[in-house]
Amino acid sequence: MSKEMNLTLKVWKQKDQNSPGRMKTYQAKKVSPDMSFLEMLDVVNEELIHQGQDPIAFDSDCREGICGTCSMVINGTPHGPMKGTTACELHMRHFKDGDVIAIEPWRAKPFPVLRDLITNRSALDRIIQAGGYISVSTGNPADANALPVAKKDADLAMDAAACIGCGACVAVCKNASAMLFVSAKVSHLGLLPQGKPERDRRVWKMVSQMDKEGFGNCTNTYACEAVCPKKVSALFIARMNRDYALSVAKGQPDAS
Amino acid sequence: MKLDAKTPSGPLTTKWSRYKEECKLVNPANKRKFSVIVVGTGLAGASAAASLGELGYKVTCFCYQDTARRAHSIAAQGGINAAKNYPNDGDSVQRLFNDTIKGGDYRAREANVYRLAEVSNAIIDQSVAQGVPFAREYGGLLANRSFGGAQVSRTFYARGQTGQQLLLGAYQALSRQVAKGQVKIYSRTEMLDLVLVDGVAKGIVVRDMVTGKISSYSADAVVLATGGYGNTFYLSTNARGCNAMAIWRSYKRGAGFANPCYTQIHPTCIPVSGDHQSKLTLMSESLRNDGRVWVPKTKGDKRPPSQIPESERDYYLETRYPSFGNLAPRDVTSRAAKLVCDEGRGVGASGLGVYLDFAESIGRLGKKAIEERYGNLFEMYERITGEDAYESPMRIFPAIHYTMGGLWVDYNLMSTIPGLFVLGEANFSDHGANRLGASALMQGLADGYFVLPYTIANYFGSSKKFVPSTDAPEFKQTEQAASEHLKRLLSIQGSRTPTSFHRELGKLLWENCGMARSDQSLKTAIKKIAVIREEFWKNLKVTGSPGELNQTLELANRVSDYMELGELICRDALERRESCGGHFRVEYQTEDHEAKRDDDNFSHVAVWEYQGAGKEPVRNIEPLQYEVVTMSQRSYK
Ligand SMILES: Cc1cc2nc3c(=O)[nH]c(=O)nc-3n(C[C@H](O)[C@H](O)[C@H](O)COP(=O)(O)OP(=O)(O)OC[C@H]3O[C@@H](n4cnc5c(N)ncnc54)[C@H](O)[C@@H]3O)c2cc1C
Ligand code: SF4
Ligand code: FES
Repeated sequence: MSKEMNLTLKVWKQKDQNSPGRMKTYQAKKVSPDMSFLEMLDVVNEELIHQGQDPIAFDSDCREGICGTCSMVINGTPHGPMKGTTACELHMRHFKDGDVIAIEPWRAKPFPVLRDLITNRSALDRIIQAGGYISVSTGNPADANALPVAKKDADLAMDAAACIGCGACVAVCKNASAMLFVSAKVSHLGLLPQGKPERDRRVWKMVSQMDKEGFGNCTNTYACEAVCPKKVSALFIARMNRDYALSVAKGQPDAS
Repeated sequence: MKLDAKTPSGPLTTKWSRYKEECKLVNPANKRKFSVIVVGTGLAGASAAASLGELGYKVTCFCYQDTARRAHSIAAQGGINAAKNYPNDGDSVQRLFNDTIKGGDYRAREANVYRLAEVSNAIIDQSVAQGVPFAREYGGLLANRSFGGAQVSRTFYARGQTGQQLLLGAYQALSRQVAKGQVKIYSRTEMLDLVLVDGVAKGIVVRDMVTGKISSYSADAVVLATGGYGNTFYLSTNARGCNAMAIWRSYKRGAGFANPCYTQIHPTCIPVSGDHQSKLTLMSESLRNDGRVWVPKTKGDKRPPSQIPESERDYYLETRYPSFGNLAPRDVTSRAAKLVCDEGRGVGASGLGVYLDFAESIGRLGKKAIEERYGNLFEMYERITGEDAYESPMRIFPAIHYTMGGLWVDYNLMSTIPGLFVLGEANFSDHGANRLGASALMQGLADGYFVLPYTIANYFGSSKKFVPSTDAPEFKQTEQAASEHLKRLLSIQGSRTPTSFHRELGKLLWENCGMARSDQSLKTAIKKIAVIREEFWKNLKVTGSPGELNQTLELANRVSDYMELGELICRDALERRESCGGHFRVEYQTEDHEAKRDDDNFSHVAVWEYQGAGKEPVRNIEPLQYEVVTMSQRSYK
């Protein structure tokens, strides 16, 4: 087991959505390389509470890279330096003694800061509500094997469906585009035979909602793909653009 | 406390269809007039809220996460069971029922379990129709794998992300209802208490976790789908935010709490690495399909695994349980691991670990096949431990994972409080003393999609419609009490953090009421919990104020529940003088260390009734009658 480290953290502190924020410096002492990044913050917070100081507010839940709750920009990169890794899965063995680490919230207009590193990402929910589903009610659907799905389609759909809705793709994009997130859902459902009937309508509605929420345009820099902890491919964006163009060509779907 | 299970009469196999035929219905025009509060958006809550919304009810839904899609169900890895018998290996509803009853060590209600097995197939159909991308064979049909406690392949999966995909299916169905205006979701909103009006559940008191504002919601019925209470033990595989507040505070309002001591310890988790540990990570049970569990034959053998020759390895599950081998059920497997570690044969720095080795299957199937099956789990393992499990075996150790106990419910999924329904892991209903792998997802979705929509209609059809105003004194008083509780936590200003108390309590529970329990350990724990609790209320330190986003206060509030619930878990364990499933009392074991049930005295559900602060709760009993199954000593040999 390697040695403990001492680190300097520069963390965004902001009391609430309406207050201004600023960077504040903290010392993280005796950090074990086996700690996760969030456990390192836990330890710092324990000390802050002891001193009667305000701990660093940050979001997390599953702490195993699947719920999409954790969301922080570490040294300029959403979720930090490790590819395909959420902030909660990042471990301190990738840092060294004496490092200075900057920690900030997602920065994007559609994600207002609620406190410190915590933002409001409900805009992503509203995009799903606009059409990110297959319209089937609970009841007696056909037998699950009645409609075979080619393995390669099912696998590709799963690649897209792996999105955890964290919003890192938005946070890294200079235009705050949500294209990777939206295209992942559009592709997941569009690739499956069950999702085909609503394909045109779905892409139209989801993209319209995305625009309404104030997410920017995609200018193909692929920064999103690079930071996506689930390695969702930017090829899905191209796929969505095709779907979208087709749906426009066919005429605007009814608004119902 | 009256415990009427309301199990329909008639033969087991037709109870549910008869219930559905005879149950009262609410006509479509009237459905619009009924409102339902659903707390929780996991598999149980989201499927219930979506289905009720589709039927026309007015639904209000709550979760503590920032969005419904992040409920803890998202973390389920391995899969979901159903009796489809697609592989034609002899599965059937009857067999799934038998396996679940036996897996639960004959401590579950027959009729509920049969219904669960019966609706299991519809869950798969429903999910596929929603676009859940289950794994498929090259021919395009659905793939299956096997899980612990079963000799058939009945588990459906979506890589290692089955819970995620099922939850997204339910979340998307829920989102569709939100768009239609049928469901309103309040996220980052925590239920603090249940409100009863004339003894009937009519609403909840919640706290807006961003502004700290406390307010109330009222409805015709309240549904809790708030998950399990595993986090009482501090370290568990549950998400950090999982908590017992909704069920615990409902218990204090009169809901019976059933079998709190039935907690499941999962055999394959990544071992603890240090004091900073904030949670434990599960390595899915599905890994045991291809991984072999072993420890060195010799005590204290500290050689790296690669240098321990075959002849000096003890594949103890394969030798002890030849017919189930590495797929023995969780409780059995966990205890076997404890046993070898107690003997000093554990591996890793702490000696609290055993190997899960894939070398043989990689040799047989190739690395690619293993990568395809478990790639994401191997990656997860590497991120956490820094070790490559393709090269050397994983180290695993048991950890608290699931709670079979929960609020008592009848066949309608209604608690002892009229109008309060409880679904998913939050109730006690289907898994007896031990849950089999891949059956929690099945139960959550069965409850939400296929059971509650009928039983709630039956309730509405037979009770008077009445929604009180949230200005009613019952609501104002409950709000007041909730708010005073928070103020009290903040006012102590002692010197210890909520986490330090939580950790201390968790350790005590793990050591005295974990894998092995005894009369003495439980009595000690009960005494010590009282001491910790007293210190908690004298020496707690919480910063900030109640009227803001305050994570320390949220945690302190949850820990205040664990301080009481932890004691009830121990009490229940103490009174259950037998071993069954996940509850292992060292005094009651067979010669080869298997759990020894006492069917004459304990073939019942223990249902605890709150008596007020500082008073001992009363233990009530619901006898379990087995009409179809013959009880036997569970054997996986
Ligand atoms: C790591 C892991 C892997 C697992 N793998 C499998 C598997 O492969 N197969 C299987 O069958 N089972 C598995 N399980 C078990 C299974 O995932 C859970 O039992 C199941 O998902 C619970 O679902 P639920 O809907 O009852 O509750 P949860 O999914 O826990 O949802 C609880 C909901 O209640 C809300 N909530 C809780 N308290 C409050 C409150 N006070 N106020 C407001 N909202 C509240 C939460 O926000 C959340 O929305 C696994 C469990 C874990 C921990
Ligand atoms: S596409 Fe990737 S980065 Fe974007 S929300 Fe999904 S998982 Fe996060
Ligand atoms: S906390 Fe769940 S993904 Fe990080």
